Amino acid sequence: MTPPHETAVITPAMVAALCAIVGTDGVIAGDDELLVYECDAYTLEKHLPGVVVLPRSTEEVAAVVKLCAEHHLPIIPRGAGTSLSGTVLAVTGGVMIALTRMNRVLEVDYRNRRALVEAGCVNAWVTNAVKSQGLFYAPDPSSQSACTIGGNVGTNSGGPHTLKYGVTTNHVLGYEMVLPDGEVVWLGTTPDGGEDVDGYDLRGAAIGSEGMFGVVTRVLVRLIRAPQAFKTLLGVFETVDDASQAVSDIIGAGIVPGALEMMDQLITQAVEAAYHFGFPLDAGAVLIIELDGLAASLDKQAAQVVEICRKNRARDVRIAKDDQERAELWKCRKRAFGAIGRLSPNFITQDGVVPRSKLPEMMRFIQRCSEEYGLRIPNVFHAGDGNLHPLILYDERDPDQVRRALAVSDDI
Amino acid sequence: MKPDPPTNTAAPARFLDYDKSLACIHCGLCLSSCPTYLETGNENDSPRGRIYLMRAVQDGRLALGQTAVRHVDLCLGCRACEAVCPSGVQYGELLESTRDHIERHHERSPWQQFLRRWLIEKVFPYPERMDLALMPARWVKQFGMERLLPTFARDALSLIPDETTSAPLPAMVKAGGESRGRVGFVSGCVMSVMFAETNASTMRLIHRAGFDVVTPPGQGCCGALFAHGGNLEEARAAARRNIAVFEQAQVDTIVINAAGCGSMLKEYGHLLRDDPAWAERARRFSSKVRDLTEWLAAVGEPIVRGTNCSAKVTYHDACHLAHAQPIEKAPRTLVRAVAGETFVELPESNVCCGSAGSYNLTEPEMAARLQQRKTDNILKTGAKTVVTTNPGCLLQMRAGLKKSGAHDVEVVHIADYLDREARRANDD
Repeated sequence: MTPPHETAVITPAMVAALCAIVGTDGVIAGDDELLVYECDAYTLEKHLPGVVVLPRSTEEVAAVVKLCAEHHLPIIPRGAGTSLSGTVLAVTGGVMIALTRMNRVLEVDYRNRRALVEAGCVNAWVTNAVKSQGLFYAPDPSSQSACTIGGNVGTNSGGPHTLKYGVTTNHVLGYEMVLPDGEVVWLGTTPDGGEDVDGYDLRGAAIGSEGMFGVVTRVLVRLIRAPQAFKTLLGVFETVDDASQAVSDIIGAGIVPGALEMMDQLITQAVEAAYHFGFPLDAGAVLIIELDGLAASLDKQAAQVVEICRKNRARDVRIAKDDQERAELWKCRKRAFGAIGRLSPNFITQDGVVPRSKLPEMMRFIQRCSEEYGLRIPNVFHAGDGNLHPLILYDERDPDQVRRALAVSDDI
Repeated sequence: MKPDPPTNTAAPARFLDYDKSLACIHCGLCLSSCPTYLETGNENDSPRGRIYLMRAVQDGRLALGQTAVRHVDLCLGCRACEAVCPSGVQYGELLESTRDHIERHHERSPWQQFLRRWLIEKVFPYPERMDLALMPARWVKQFGMERLLPTFARDALSLIPDETTSAPLPAMVKAGGESRGRVGFVSGCVMSVMFAETNASTMRLIHRAGFDVVTPPGQGCCGALFAHGGNLEEARAAARRNIAVFEQAQVDTIVINAAGCGSMLKEYGHLLRDDPAWAERARRFSSKVRDLTEWLAAVGEPIVRGTNCSAKVTYHDACHLAHAQPIEKAPRTLVRAVAGETFVELPESNVCCGSAGSYNLTEPEMAARLQQRKTDNILKTGAKTVVTTNPGCLLQMRAGLKKSGAHDVEVVHIADYLDREARRANDD
């Protein structure tokens, strides 16, 4: 048995046994090919897994897990590796189970509004598969065009529309999971079962547990009806303080936008360089406010939001004129993290939540940290639910910058 | 399963534009756009993984061995990743530099050597040689002797159309009435040998729009076959020749109907940026280049709208048009104008069909997988006409549909489609 904190040894016999389960083309064991699995989108730490397997079915996953259990080897489930928190780092080596070949939408049950998908299915593919029927899958992490449903379950992913629609746990009815001993269980609602489950409600066990309790292989997700209409506004503010106050006032007025996002000056500039949307480069902060629901209700709400923004000294409030402009605005927001490459070769981010009323204070604190440590920290985040993402920029080739990035990260 | 014995242990001389490679911040948003990753699910076969490998080779962390070369070879160069990259990573350029480095320092099998250095670089770019080389292939097909050949050769043969047209184009066609301008036409190598009819359609379309068309005789291969195969020197030589020829022709615009060539022509400025005698001329040349579809959409194509044909029509995005240039709207606008309500979108229309220049010769297995994927998607739409903008895609999709027994689905170049429908409308 491998003691904790010591790197697990993968023997040639183990590699052969894994090949017997998933086939030789499903096993990656050479150091030169394992390299790309040493980190996810969090690149500050790197650990090489001992071996990576690419199973095609639950049975193969279960057999791999069982084999690992017999040999006391750590297992690391991995989806697309888009996480920014290092959840799939093979800290003590071991067997990485990449679910990227199990990527199908298996069944769509339109009458009951649910879909059964494999864990490696890309988040956006679920909505793509059902949107012609007026349905969608609500959790929309910014990496949704690449990240997988299994990874979403592991990290209980949220996204810009979490404010109104909730996070992954609110949209997962049930799932199939391979337990650490190789047993396959179904937790929560079954694909042909009712929504209430008798006995203990264990559905929450693995959601957000970062793969610690097993490998999720199939997921039954809830589909919801797409809103009839949208109104997406862009509020331009001189200061982060003003924008933060507008956020509090909008929620305080009893309006629940579909999404309420803030981008500060630095990130707005990077995004503008990437997508040429027409963001003002000198504004202190911009808010993206999306109202959705019945078409008849939106004009009044939009007028209310505009008034609140103006009251908080907004320089300008624009309304997306059509679906295309709305899509472009969201593209800018969703790909904002990626646009960081235009500012810096590396970044780390924190994902913390504060009460909305504390947003201005917290933003000022981050600004002070930035000055104190001499590192730029742009901010793009889910302001509506007070969920901050300060992006600490550094260059990994400079050890001092790495040290400061870690220290400031700790402070925040 | 053992790593390769290192063939080159120390960090090699700089071949990557390192700052450009650092623009990749490892976010992974490119993954699901990559056709080879969609097929294998292996991060080594993804854009993010390949850039990681390139950087590892450059840093001396990884030897330039079989494995690294394998994963770089498997890249289609379709650049779908570039189109979705939020950091603006210029993947195509990183890939070309890496391939150039590989061809200089990595020993290939005799078969791959033959394909890459002889067939692809010494035959394809030269229309006369290509015409000669096609002769035995045509005989084999004519006498039905394909089954005597090994699979890879049969697959390659299946790409050669049953009927090819090659005919010289007139050097100059004057506009009918008052000329709206002088357009230079790039006739291409594969296009002029296998698709002369498509070139003729293109000239008719330009002519119908009211422009003079010049096809300068001295032009040659655009250089893409060299650049994609990792031979940048030859690509530069091809670029210089074409720039000189088109300067002489004194044209306002240079129109090309093959997406792969078009994207290369638009990159001459980059290709010759370090050559003081040519940098400015190359930049000027590239700024005049237009794909036929973007040019037609811009000048206002006078095609009669709507057809009375009720069969469904769909459109496949050629990678080098949709990702490299990037042009997605113009061709759809043109096809929709004709097809109207019968136009349907093709699922995964922007996922490579596996043709990718000479890829179906060097990587037949992956090419066949992607061909099947494309065929399945086409059949899902129920369309009877697939329109596209690149000769490689045409051949690949035709062969794929034929293999699946879908003989009633045609794949046509957009120039032929538009010209045919315009003539049909005039006949009515």
